[in-house]
Amino acid sequence: MSMSLGLVADSFLALLILGLAVWTIAVRGTYAAVVGFVAYGLLVALIWVRLAAVDVALTEAALGSGLMGLLLLRAVACLPPDAPAPASGRVGRVALRVVVGVLCAGLTAVLAAVVLQLPEPAPSLAAAAAQALPTTGLGNPVTGVLIAYRAIDTLLEAVVLVLALIGLWSLAADGAWGGRPGALRTREPGAALVLLAQLLPPVGILVGIHLFWTGANHPGGAFQGGAVLAAMWAIVLVAGLAAAPRVDGRRLRLVLVVGPALFFAIGLAGIWWADAFLGYPADWAKPLILVIEAALTLSIAAALGLLLAGPPASEPGPGGQA
Amino acid sequence: MSATTIFGVCAAALVGLGLYGLICHRGVLRKIIAFNVMGSGVFLLFGVIARRGGLVVAGAGPTADPVPQAIVITGLVVAFAATVLAVALLLRLAQATGQTTLDTPAPPPAPTGDR
Amino acid sequence: MQTAVILSDLAALAAAHGGDLLVLALALPALALLPAFALGGRWAGRIALLTLPLGLGVAVAIAAAVQHGGVPIAYHLGGWAPPLGVALRADGLSATLLLTTAVVLCAVGLFARADFKVPAGSRETRSPLVFWTLLLGVWTGLNGVFLGQDLFSLYVALELVSFSAVPLVCLSGRPETLAAALRYLLFALFGAVLFVLAAALFYGTYGTLDIGLLARHLAGADPVPPAVLAAAVLMTLGLLAKTALFPLQVWLPPAHAGAPAAGSAVLSALVVKASFFVILRLWFDCLPAGVTQPAAPVLAGLGVAAILFGGVQALRQVRLKMLVAYSTVAQIGYLFLVFPLALGAAALPAGGAAQAAGALTGGMLQLVSHALAKAAMFMAAGLIAVALGHDRIRELGGSARALPLTVFAFALAGLSLAGLQPSGGYVAKTLLTAAADATGQWWSAFALQVGGVLTGAYLLWVLFNALVGFRAPPTLLKRPRRYQELAVLALALGALVLGLVPASSFELVTVGRGGLVGFP
Repeated sequence: MSMSLGLVADSFLALLILGLAVWTIAVRGTYAAVVGFVAYGLLVALIWVRLAAVDVALTEAALGSGLMGLLLLRAVACLPPDAPAPASGRVGRVALRVVVGVLCAGLTAVLAAVVLQLPEPAPSLAAAAAQALPTTGLGNPVTGVLIAYRAIDTLLEAVVLVLALIGLWSLAADGAWGGRPGALRTREPGAALVLLAQLLPPVGILVGIHLFWTGANHPGGAFQGGAVLAAMWAIVLVAGLAAAPRVDGRRLRLVLVVGPALFFAIGLAGIWWADAFLGYPADWAKPLILVIEAALTLSIAAALGLLLAGPPASEPGPGGQA
Repeated sequence: MSATTIFGVCAAALVGLGLYGLICHRGVLRKIIAFNVMGSGVFLLFGVIARRGGLVVAGAGPTADPVPQAIVITGLVVAFAATVLAVALLLRLAQATGQTTLDTPAPPPAPTGDR
Repeated sequence: MQTAVILSDLAALAAAHGGDLLVLALALPALALLPAFALGGRWAGRIALLTLPLGLGVAVAIAAAVQHGGVPIAYHLGGWAPPLGVALRADGLSATLLLTTAVVLCAVGLFARADFKVPAGSRETRSPLVFWTLLLGVWTGLNGVFLGQDLFSLYVALELVSFSAVPLVCLSGRPETLAAALRYLLFALFGAVLFVLAAALFYGTYGTLDIGLLARHLAGADPVPPAVLAAAVLMTLGLLAKTALFPLQVWLPPAHAGAPAAGSAVLSALVVKASFFVILRLWFDCLPAGVTQPAAPVLAGLGVAAILFGGVQALRQVRLKMLVAYSTVAQIGYLFLVFPLALGAAALPAGGAAQAAGALTGGMLQLVSHALAKAAMFMAAGLIAVALGHDRIRELGGSARALPLTVFAFALAGLSLAGLQPSGGYVAKTLLTAAADATGQWWSAFALQVGGVLTGAYLLWVLFNALVGFRAPPTLLKRPRRYQELAVLALALGALVLGLVPASSFELVTVGRGGLVGFP
C-alpha cells in the first residue's frame, strides 16, 4: 500500500517537473523562463531525494537552483530584450522547428525505450565501492568515490573551476584588470535584504562547515559545503555588507589554488607512500582525506562565489565602495 | 512500474525538451537555460541508473550505486561553471553590441592589427 | 655508437618508469598552472616558459618508453583498478599526440613571448596572465584526453580543453570575437552534454566507463544492445560538433580567425584534434567492428564534403586568417577518411592488417603534419597581419620582399598541407591512397586528389599576391622578432621533415594496435 502511494507521489512529482520544463522552454518571456527554471531546479532536488541520492540533492539545491538562480536572474535583469525575429524566413524557421521537434521527440522515444530495456539486474559498482570503503576510513561511499576511487575527476574538476574563473575574468576590460568584481553590487539594497544578509550567513557558514565535516560519513562533502558557503558569501555581497576582493590579490589567489594544490601534493606523495598517484597509505587515509576536503571546501567556496561575482569591473570612484 | 521507470521516462523527456530549446531558441539566454534542462535530464538518467544499481540491505532504506552519484556531483559543478562562462560572454556581447542572439553570422574579425 | 647505446639505455629507463611518466605528463602542466595563476604578473609567463621544455622532455620520454617496450603503458590511479578506479593508458596514438602537442606548444610559447609580455611599469595585466594560464590549462586538458581511459574522466578533460580554448578566442575583447567565442562555447556544450548522455547509457548497460572493459564486454555482445548503439551515435555526434566536421563547422572559422595568432595556432593545430582523438578511441578501441564498419562510410562522406566545402570557401576568402581557418575545415575532412580505410582494410582476407596499419599511420601522419603546418601558418599569418596592419589577401603585394622569412615559412607549411613532395602531408596521402586502392574505395582517393588541388590553389593565390606585388615593399608597422619567425619556420620545417624520415620511424603509431577491436 505504501509502495503504491510512493508511486503516486513520484508520478505527480515527475509530471510537475515535466510541466515546469515545458513552461521553461515554451514560455514567451525570458524572465518567466528563468523563474520557471529556478522552481524546476528545486523540484529536481526532490527527485534526487526520491532516488536515494541525498548528496546529489544537496548539491542540486545549493548549486543547480540557488546559485544558478541568482546568476540567471541577474543576467535577465541586465540584458536588453531579444530583438524580434526578422519577418523574412519565417516559413523556414517554422519548418526548422517542426523538423527539430520531430527529431527531439524521436530522441526522447529512443532514450525512454533504451532506459526501459536496461539489463536486469542492473550492473552496479555499489558492492565493490562498499567493500573497498574501509581502507579509506570513510563511511560515505559517495565521498569515497569522489576522493579516492575517482579522485582524478575531482582533482581535474577543481582545476576546471580555476580555469573557468580565469576565463570569466578574461572578459574584463583591460583598464578594470585587478579591480573588484562588480556584478553582485546593488545600488540600494533593501532593508529586508540587509537584515537577511546579517542573519543568514552565521547559520549558513555553520551549515557549510557541517556539510564538509559530516561528508566523510554522511551525505555532504567539499562540493556541498563549498556551495553553501559560496551562497552565503553571495548574499553578503548582494546586500552590500562587504565588497568582493580585488582579483589581483595574492591572498585570494592562494585561497583559490590551495585546494587543488594540496590535493596534487598529497596525491604525488602517494607515489612513494602508497605506490600510486592519488593513493593513500592505509593508516593515514582518513586524516589526509579530511585535510584535502577542508582545503577543497575553501577553494570551491571561493571559486563559486567569485564565479557569481562576475569579471572585475571598473571601480565607481573613490568612496563609492560599500 | 517503479520509481526508476517513471523518472527514467521523465529524464528522457527532459533531454528531448532541452535539446529542442537549445537548437530552436534565438535568444542565447534561453539556449543556456535549455542546455541546463537537457543537462539535468542527463544527470537524472545517471540517477536512475544509480538507483537501479542499489544494494539490497536488510533493514536499511533504499540505497543506490555511489559511482554515478559522484559523477553527477562532478557534472553539476562543471555544468555550473559552463553556464557562468556562457552568461558572462553573453552579457559582455550585449554590452558591446546590444545583441542577445547569434542570428547574424559574425562578420570576419576587423582587419586592423592582430592582437 | 656510444650515443646509440646511451639512448637505448635511456629508453629502457623510461620504459621502467612508464607509469610515473604518464602521471607526470598529466600533473606537470596542472601543477605549473596553479602557481602561475597564484603568483600572477610576470611569473605566469616565466613559469609557463619553464614548464614547456620540461613537458617536451616528458613527452619524448613517454614516446621512447612506448616505442622501446612495444606495448602500451597503463596506470591505475590511486591503485584502484577499473571498473571502480580510473586508468591512464598510453599507446602509440597517445604517445604521438602527446609529443605533437608538446612540440607545437613549445613553438607557440616561444612565439608568444613578444605578444604577451607584461609591460614595464605594471605588475600584472589582463591578456598575459590569461594567455599563459590558459595555455597551461589547454595542455592539462589535452594530456588528460590523450591519456584518459575512462569516459567520464575524458569528459572532464574535454571540458578543461573547452574552458581554456573559448576565452582564447575573445582575448582581444572585440565584439565580433565575443560572438565567435559564444557560438563556439554553445557548440562545445552541446557536444559535451551528448557525450555525458552516452556515458550514462554505457554505464547503465555494463556498469563501467573504462574503454578497455567496455571493449571486452562489447566484443562478446551479439547482438549489440540498443543502448550501446544509441550511445555510439550520440557520443560520435557530440564529438563531431566539437571537432567541427562538416556540417557542424559553422563555429570554427570566425573562432579560429578571431583569436590572437598564438591562440589560433593552438586551437587549429591541437584543440580540434582532442575530440577527434576521442572518436578514434571510441571507434577503434571500444566499439565492435560490426557497428563501426557499416557506419564508417558516413563519417568519410562527411569528410569528403568537408574537404570540398572547406577548400572552396578558403578560395573565396578575402582575409588571410579566414582562409587559413577554412583550410582547417577542409583538413579535418581528411582525418575522417581514415575510418572506412582502416576498418575496410582490416576486414580484407589477406594482408589486411598491414594495409589497416598503413591507413591509420597515414591518418596520424596527416594529423601531425597538419598540426605542425597549421600552427606555423596561423602564426605566419599573424606576423603578416601585425606587420602590415591588415591581412587582406589582395593587398599583400610586396610582403614577400618585406618579410621574406615569414612568407617562406608560410609557403613551406603550405607544401605539407597540399600534400606535395617532400613533406609529411605527401607521405600521409600516399599511405591513405594505397589503402584506398587496396580496399577499392576510389572515391576516397579522388577526394584526396581534389582536396590537394584546392589546397594548392588557395595557397598559390596567397603566395601569388605576396610575391608578385606590383607595388614597392610596404612600410611595416611593426617588424616581427627574429625568434618569432624562427619558431614559425621550425614548425614548418618539422612538417616537411616528417616526409623525409624513413617510414619505419612511424612504427610508434601502431604500438598497441594488435588484437584490438577493428584490428583482428
